[in-house]
Amino acid sequence: MSNIIDLSLSELVSNIKNKKISSNEATSAYVERSKKSKNLNTYNEETFETALKKANEFDSKPDFNKKLPGVPIAVKDLFCTKNIKTTASSKILNNFIPTYESTVTQNLWNDGSILLGKLNCDEFAMGSSNETSYFGNVTSPIDKDLVPGGSSGGSASALAAKLTPATIGTDTGGSIRQPASFTGTVGLKPTYGSCSRYGIVAFASSLDQAGPMTRNVKDSALLLEVMSSFDNKDSTSVDFKRPMYSKDLSKDIKGKKIGIPKEYRVDGMSEEIEKLWEDGKKYLKDCGAEIIDISLPHTKFALPTYYIVAPAEASSNLARYDGVKYGFRTEGDNLIDMYEKTRSAGFGDEVKRRIMIGTYVLSSGYYDAYYLKAQKVRRLIKNDFSNVFQKVDAILTPSTPSSAFKIGEKSNDPVSMYLNDIFTVPVNLAGLPGISIPAGLDKKGYPLGLQIIGKSFDEQNILNIAYSMEDKINFKFNLKEWWMNE
Amino acid sequence: MSNDYLIDRNGKKYEVVIGLEVHAQVLSESKLFSTSPTKFGSEPNTQVSLVDAAFPGMLPVINEFCIKQAIKTGIGLNAKINNKSIFDRKNYFYADLPQGYQISQYKDPIVGEGSVVLDLASGSKTVGIERLHLEQDAGKSIHDIDPKNTLVDLNRSGVALMEIVSKPDLRSPEEVNVYIKKLRSIMRYLGTCDGNMQEGSLRADVNVSVRKQGDDKYGTRCEIKNVNSIKFMQMAIEHEANRQVDILEEGGKIDQETRLFDTKKNETRSMRSKEDAHDYRYFPDPDLLPLEFSNEYVESIKKEIPELPDQKKSRFIEKFNLSPYEANILVSDLDTSKYFEAVIENSDVKLSSNWITGELFALLNEKNLEITSSPISAKNLSKLINLIKDGTISGKIAKTVFEMMAEGDKNPIDIVKEKGLKQQSDPKELEKLIEKVINENQDKVKEYKSGKEKLFGFFVGQAMKVSGGKANPQLVNEILKMKLK
Repeated sequence: MSNIIDLSLSELVSNIKNKKISSNEATSAYVERSKKSKNLNTYNEETFETALKKANEFDSKPDFNKKLPGVPIAVKDLFCTKNIKTTASSKILNNFIPTYESTVTQNLWNDGSILLGKLNCDEFAMGSSNETSYFGNVTSPIDKDLVPGGSSGGSASALAAKLTPATIGTDTGGSIRQPASFTGTVGLKPTYGSCSRYGIVAFASSLDQAGPMTRNVKDSALLLEVMSSFDNKDSTSVDFKRPMYSKDLSKDIKGKKIGIPKEYRVDGMSEEIEKLWEDGKKYLKDCGAEIIDISLPHTKFALPTYYIVAPAEASSNLARYDGVKYGFRTEGDNLIDMYEKTRSAGFGDEVKRRIMIGTYVLSSGYYDAYYLKAQKVRRLIKNDFSNVFQKVDAILTPSTPSSAFKIGEKSNDPVSMYLNDIFTVPVNLAGLPGISIPAGLDKKGYPLGLQIIGKSFDEQNILNIAYSMEDKINFKFNLKEWWMNE
Repeated sequence: MSNDYLIDRNGKKYEVVIGLEVHAQVLSESKLFSTSPTKFGSEPNTQVSLVDAAFPGMLPVINEFCIKQAIKTGIGLNAKINNKSIFDRKNYFYADLPQGYQISQYKDPIVGEGSVVLDLASGSKTVGIERLHLEQDAGKSIHDIDPKNTLVDLNRSGVALMEIVSKPDLRSPEEVNVYIKKLRSIMRYLGTCDGNMQEGSLRADVNVSVRKQGDDKYGTRCEIKNVNSIKFMQMAIEHEANRQVDILEEGGKIDQETRLFDTKKNETRSMRSKEDAHDYRYFPDPDLLPLEFSNEYVESIKKEIPELPDQKKSRFIEKFNLSPYEANILVSDLDTSKYFEAVIENSDVKLSSNWITGELFALLNEKNLEITSSPISAKNLSKLINLIKDGTISGKIAKTVFEMMAEGDKNPIDIVKEKGLKQQSDPKELEKLIEKVINENQDKVKEYKSGKEKLFGFFVGQAMKVSGGKANPQLVNEILKMKLK
């Protein structure tokens, strides 16, 4: 039998169910490997001891009907976890221990999973490189000076480095799909309303959505099945009949119509990406799908729209971190002084930048020109998608305009950083599901991803398309374990 | 309609224009967006959920009961119910505002234009309602317990409020008094707000401006924030209107600003000018979907609406032949009207109305009691009235019986029996009694017969006295007249 850590989530689950591997063995393997991988800086908080205890508890009274029986899993530090420090990688929540559990993580535990620890991310999920974290940047296991992407960078890095069999992230403008693309892993952002936002530290409420990050498509289907649920504690949660994504997974996509949006062929796009996209089309044709050229005319407005809507909501969502009730506080001469000192010291530069942008676009005199206009454009972007989905079943695009960049390369150039999200952001604005799958390597040998965008609540369809492409692509990356210390 | 509340200055008459923003706490077991209880007077910070305290990742979930209460109130205000409304965030920082924003309704409120009819001494007057919207209350900052720190109690944080905005249709402190009482009466009938001003369930921001009598343009207004009693509202208006008139008379102009009323000094003080006004950065709350409901839903709520004060008043006037004045007094409080209806079930309407608005109100007033805890039940008051009506006791004796009843809701029939207070109506007995009075007062009889007719009252009084007040006064009159001929 191969190494435990080399098994996919689904393989691990079946090995545990067949009693070939115990929860303790699985958990120990990941704990050991995680302990040797501190160089990547993936964990904000390790719960290894508790995890091992829970694994033993599971083994002494196993329930193999669970979907994730005794499976250890590390999660993004944006999900509130009961009695375990939850920081959103921010100084302002550095001492925050929730007394409650997010619905999504609760769903994982209810189905037998065990928490390994909390994974690093960009501060309040604001960033595309995991360099804005108060706890320092995360390094990609792909290469020692590469960013893993962001904001779910710790999740992507831990997953790619096999420190967890699978993980969960959140995606507001690409925070699952972009790091998945950078690290050669699979990342799915579900339809807005599929996974409950209850207990997830909010960034931009109308865009935030939790999703699975896994080593293959089948694992994503399985993990989504566990994560997604209707939740009356989240008013934007949607009560629809959730399919058995993993059971219904199929490689039969014959006759599916796949749209190729011409607006995604952006200026200066590299030949590598161009070729990746072409290959993707070819694979789809090989699977019996039909390729159709489409137009999403408002695509070029998506990024500016996103960078109005998301900061506006964030500026309001982050007002609660004021030093009054919980979290970090710097004493001041009076209330206003305390606010200013606390928030100046508690938030990092990127978060402050977005709070200021958000405050500006909502201010009287600017509201109509920015926020209101952005809402109108958002509607047009949504309409673009509704129109093309009359003709096609899904859309194929690159996940990112390039492969992973170097640590520090873009940290002083926010606009170039924001441009990373150009292919992922429209999907959030429209509330649609999107999946990024590893599709090849660039000249430097770094992974590149393709994105499949689906209709609302049509996750099964994009999972099926991704599943059949995965076979044809047969992505391989030779992971050199350069970061490990013995 | 004529308006007699005018401010006279140097021979010029100024009219006062008032609009109110009333904040009425929704009568509800739990808060607007969380399941925490809303019990008044609980230990600080014991009625607080993670949502109310704005913990990370917590989300608001609308309490449907509060929506229903707002719709009911809208119906009670004859207002347009909006099938689609939107919750917005009003952003500002304060220690007792945990989210850093208040969830409110800005451009699209749940209730639109409506009206309220006021009964004034000079007749009735219709006051326009601009809108009613739902919003969260903030917590409470307490500055006077700890010398160095402000303490915060979040029990009130997230409690549902209805903000009822009137048009600038009010013209005097008295109209404000009647308007507030009418709103309170309607909401109490509906069970949507208890209207308890001591507990802060009803408070108001008062907008005041003045203009010369006859002008059709409004003056610049000032807003007096958060006034929590009718008396203070009236004092604040009076002070503020006079302040504005003084400024205008000195050739100055009014600055639009927010002011505070100092109840101790009886004056308003500037809080912030228009330039310093907060920029609340309103935007639709992305955590909540637009609030939408069908016409059928509104119709189903309409079926639950009880008879409201105006309708009840009309019915009392028509059915019981009460004067508008009497009817108004009886309907203005739901419990009073219930008490009245219970009494008249078996008793004379006119007598019941008189006894309730007279003796009973005086008693309640004296003992500082609500009618719901009246020491005399409607059932026993009804019996007392029947004893008067059928001549068993006189009105005067009834007052004595009433006093005895007040001590523990005794049955008046038992009191009359025990104390032998039954009216003396036997003509033969009365004749004997009157003859005795005449015999003992021959000198007065002479005077009377020589033309001093005023003395008739003296004989009646003597007869009543001798009978211990029990003699039937009507019969005493008749017999006396006969005997003194």
